Amino acid sequence: MAEPKSLATLFFILNLISVLPLLTFSFSPDHPTDRQILVLLDDLSLKSSHSLFFTTLQSRGFNLDFKLADDPSVAVKRYGEYLYDGLILFSPSTDRFGGSLDIQGVLDFVDSGHDLILAADSNASDLIRNIAAECGIDFDEDPSAMVIDHTGYAVSETEGDHTLIASDKFIESDVILGSRKIEAPVLFKGIGHSLNPDNSLVLKVLSASSSAYSANPTSELLNPPSLTGTAISLVSVLQARNNARVMISGSLDMFSNRLFRSGVQKSGSLNKYGKSGNEQFVTELSKWIFHERGHLKAVNLKHNKVGETEEPPIYRINDDLEFSVEIYEWSGTSWVPYIADDVQVQFYMMSPYVLKTLPTNQKGLYYTSFKVPDVYGVFQFKVEYHRLGYTSLSLSKQIPVRPFKHNEYERFITTAFPYYGASFSTMAGFFIFSIIYLYNK
Amino acid sequence: MEKSPADLLASPGLSSLLKSLKLKTKQQELLIRVSILCLVYVLAFIARLFSVLRYESMIHEFDPYFNYRVTQFLTKKGFYEFWNWFDSESWYPLGRIIGGTLYPGLMVTAALIYWTLRFLRFAVHIREVCVLTAPFFAANTTLVAYFFGKELWDSGAGLVAAALIAICPGYISRSVAGSYDNEGVAIFALLLTFYLFVKAVNTGSLAWALASAFGYFYMVSAWGGYVFIINLIPLYVLVLLVTGRYSMRLYVAYNCMYVLGMLLAMQIRFVGFQHVQSGEHMAAMGVFFLMQVFYFLDWVKYLLNDPKKFHTFLRITVTSAVGLGVISLGVGTASGYISPWTGRFYSLLDPTYAKDNIPIIASVSEHQPTAWSSFMFDFHILLLLFPAGLYFCFKRLSDATIFIVMYGLTSMYFAGVMVRLILVATPAVCLISAIAVSATIKNLTQLVRAKSKPAPMGKGTTSTKASSKGTLDQSMPFQRNGAVALLLGAFYLLSRYAIHCTWVTSEAYSSPSIVLAARGAHGNRVIFDDYREAYFWLRQNTPQDAKVMSWWDYGYQITAMGNRTVIVDNNTWNNTHIATVGRAMSSYEDEAYEIMRSLDVNYVLVVFGGVTGYSSDDINKSSLVTYYAFLWMVRIGGGVFPIIKEPDYLVNGEYRVDKGAAPKMLNCLMYKLSYYRFGELTTEYGKPPGYDRARGVEIGNKDIKLEHLEEAFTTSNWIAQLFAAVVLSLSLSGN
Repeated sequence: MAEPKSLATLFFILNLISVLPLLTFSFSPDHPTDRQILVLLDDLSLKSSHSLFFTTLQSRGFNLDFKLADDPSVAVKRYGEYLYDGLILFSPSTDRFGGSLDIQGVLDFVDSGHDLILAADSNASDLIRNIAAECGIDFDEDPSAMVIDHTGYAVSETEGDHTLIASDKFIESDVILGSRKIEAPVLFKGIGHSLNPDNSLVLKVLSASSSAYSANPTSELLNPPSLTGTAISLVSVLQARNNARVMISGSLDMFSNRLFRSGVQKSGSLNKYGKSGNEQFVTELSKWIFHERGHLKAVNLKHNKVGETEEPPIYRINDDLEFSVEIYEWSGTSWVPYIADDVQVQFYMMSPYVLKTLPTNQKGLYYTSFKVPDVYGVFQFKVEYHRLGYTSLSLSKQIPVRPFKHNEYERFITTAFPYYGASFSTMAGFFIFSIIYLYNK
Repeated sequence: MEKSPADLLASPGLSSLLKSLKLKTKQQELLIRVSILCLVYVLAFIARLFSVLRYESMIHEFDPYFNYRVTQFLTKKGFYEFWNWFDSESWYPLGRIIGGTLYPGLMVTAALIYWTLRFLRFAVHIREVCVLTAPFFAANTTLVAYFFGKELWDSGAGLVAAALIAICPGYISRSVAGSYDNEGVAIFALLLTFYLFVKAVNTGSLAWALASAFGYFYMVSAWGGYVFIINLIPLYVLVLLVTGRYSMRLYVAYNCMYVLGMLLAMQIRFVGFQHVQSGEHMAAMGVFFLMQVFYFLDWVKYLLNDPKKFHTFLRITVTSAVGLGVISLGVGTASGYISPWTGRFYSLLDPTYAKDNIPIIASVSEHQPTAWSSFMFDFHILLLLFPAGLYFCFKRLSDATIFIVMYGLTSMYFAGVMVRLILVATPAVCLISAIAVSATIKNLTQLVRAKSKPAPMGKGTTSTKASSKGTLDQSMPFQRNGAVALLLGAFYLLSRYAIHCTWVTSEAYSSPSIVLAARGAHGNRVIFDDYREAYFWLRQNTPQDAKVMSWWDYGYQITAMGNRTVIVDNNTWNNTHIATVGRAMSSYEDEAYEIMRSLDVNYVLVVFGGVTGYSSDDINKSSLVTYYAFLWMVRIGGGVFPIIKEPDYLVNGEYRVDKGAAPKMLNCLMYKLSYYRFGELTTEYGKPPGYDRARGVEIGNKDIKLEHLEEAFTTSNWIAQLFAAVVLSLSLSGN
């Protein structure tokens, strides 16, 4: 009779196995890496022509779900729940998505904290341009324009219009591009964009050289190009206020196997690299986009009076207090202590009254102690940590500070002794006077 | 052998009954007097219960909610916690030291009553105690008025005074059930202090002076109006000194009362050292020193026994004393030890001062100059009897009547300066009128009775005065008929007064103002309970530490009923903070949003009457009639931040909200919030959508879009609207 029972157990375990990855690998604050990624393509052939990029993602544990952009079954949301943690739009020419997805759907997807990689190309559709524009990135309005660089182009035998450019103007950030320096220039063939100056969140990751401009390579240049020089951004990223990350590239080819494998020699340079920097650049950047790097969390914000461990509901002015907070960084697999020397705490009421840099114990704990200022009111412990590439930490904890109680002042002070003397001598004098007056007839 | 009017009032049936009980005349009089007093006592209490019957047992208006909240805290946490209470829920993020910035008398009184009742095993709720504190003290005031009247004139006047003050609308307006405010107990304390002081002056007894010092202490603990006492009494003493009525009685009474009263008053944290350091209290101190000089001169005069030498001495002493006083005052003021008069005090002496200098005081309707109609409304026939009473007082001038005359005249002046000070004048007006009524009726009844006596002389019950009038009868015919007619007239007037008072109490002064009532189309009563709806929504639906921004009028109510932190409240201690809120309300939305973010505001509460026609809403223009004028926000905001300019909100000096309104007006936060989605609503049949019933115009900006705020809750009649500030972080865009 053990047979059906063990069969049922087996069934249960199988079920569990199939469900568990879904449960554990979906995005969560404790485990911030994306797992389910939707890839929307113009053409299924991209799946093979860009397979190196997709394989690196899959090898890092991502489940990629490939769909044609106009597939009517495209949906990122079902019953109010998002089905994916990230979205890769490799569909530069799509005018409208299939299914229920539209531009607002994509923006809502990002607004709810999910990540996006968007690659455009020359002749990018209005849909793609609009999505980028909403993220503060304006592609060159001329649909046939490409980035041309007559001095920074990649030396090649086949192409002569200098639209395949080799750029090595990376953003200086180990967090975004990884600590290993990218030696070889990145090959780029596509359209340029500029950053909307109103948007303070968007960053150039790869910019064009000062000799680059954006124009139609096949026609004669009649007017001065609208985008020129280092104002042209080739690849930009954006970290929204909710820490959702967006990468926008003007070139889809940049991700392709061809440019991944191709050797590169920048014109005018003698260095010839056997392999372009594309693979390293794109892989490292995708790690950042999908929160495998640069994702911080601050936990256990604690404060207490010196000598106590309990967190009090209220402080008194001039109390000495201890403050601590733990900060960890997500390494892609686990939380590791984050070590920096520039984390600060503010004791804040309309303006910071105390501003202290927090020393760390190298294990993620940041701590300090200070004296509550001689001002009462409702204060906040504020940790505002905004560093390039890192998710922004913005913690605050409210704590009222009260003045002295009436019985907490010093009872007798030396300077007041003349007054004590005066009042007691008056009392004694009155007593003696009364006696003399009453009984001395 | 004077006959009391109480005796005369007794009907023959009652007197025969009393006779059958074999009581002597004096005992009869006492019985009648006591029973009248008891009836007046009960009457004073029950006349104030209209509001409980009409609405429910609830706290009224604005300030009482703060008092109620504090009393709750006091009964829960005890006196020491209350004394040191630092409230972090108001004036965010500054907080307020409640214990050191309030007059604790009212709360402590209510808590004592509550604890006593609890001790006696009455399971009352603290709210019921708070609701009924004011009527209870009003009833006690009638007793004090009786004794005061007796001290001033005779027990008849006392009884009349008790009856008049029991139902006088000027007093009822501040002491109906639910009006749990400082004035409720303060008028009792005020009258008690005055009574005890007059008693002390009349008797020269140290005990009465001591009692009056304690009365003063209670007054100081209860209400800021104690400044009136500490200035009136020295003024009175000064007048007595000048008119040559200085006596040892006065010396004992004033010195004891002043010194002990001052020392006791210093125990109140909010008052502190003001008695020795503030310009408003310096008059009392000056008079105190003057008394010593007088006493000293008296003694020197007695020693010298030579008028010539004494006059020289007098000149030197008085000159040097006055000179010394002036110099010390000057040095004190210049060195900053003595603080100058506060704005509130100035605005009493110069009614135009507040309007030019302190908009926050002028913005409150209670602080407006009194209209004539409100005198008539609050005093009715007392307004006519008051001069008559003054006449009688002058006719029988004594230390006591001089006091009541001075009290009456000064308080009448203050009542003319500020509406709310009618309250202070009421006891004086009642007492002086009572003297007029009592004296007149007494004279008239004596005439009536003198005629009825067959022989004018020899009857024990008739006074010599009355009998002399009786003899005059012979020369003046119809005197008796005239007296009867006048008596009937007086009776008619007094009954009109009673009817008026009852009507005013039930119609005008029993509205809690937190629940609004209106007459529906069919004459039925419609209740708008929107305020409480909004506050309970806040309490139930917002996070515990949410901060609510509203104009300061609603601050106390939000903390008491909504239990949420507010930015400003009715304790208008920080003008800058209020001006910041005023600035936010009168700026464009994005500027306002920046201000709100800097104050961590999560919700904005706006009161709007455009749907119901409720005219005291946040946007109302008429700054003279209502005090929630939006223009005051502009004015107060502009007073601190000159970037806000009043003319920007006006068109040709006119305040309007329709199409012709100023563009800044149409787009400021207050306008946008008040009229949000209002353009879609048809409020009245036959009018276009967006017709504002409070102002009777169609609004100018019907298509209102909010960027940084979203509607969180709107009450059923749109009176209170809550808006939640949207957190910017989810936005992809920058800045």
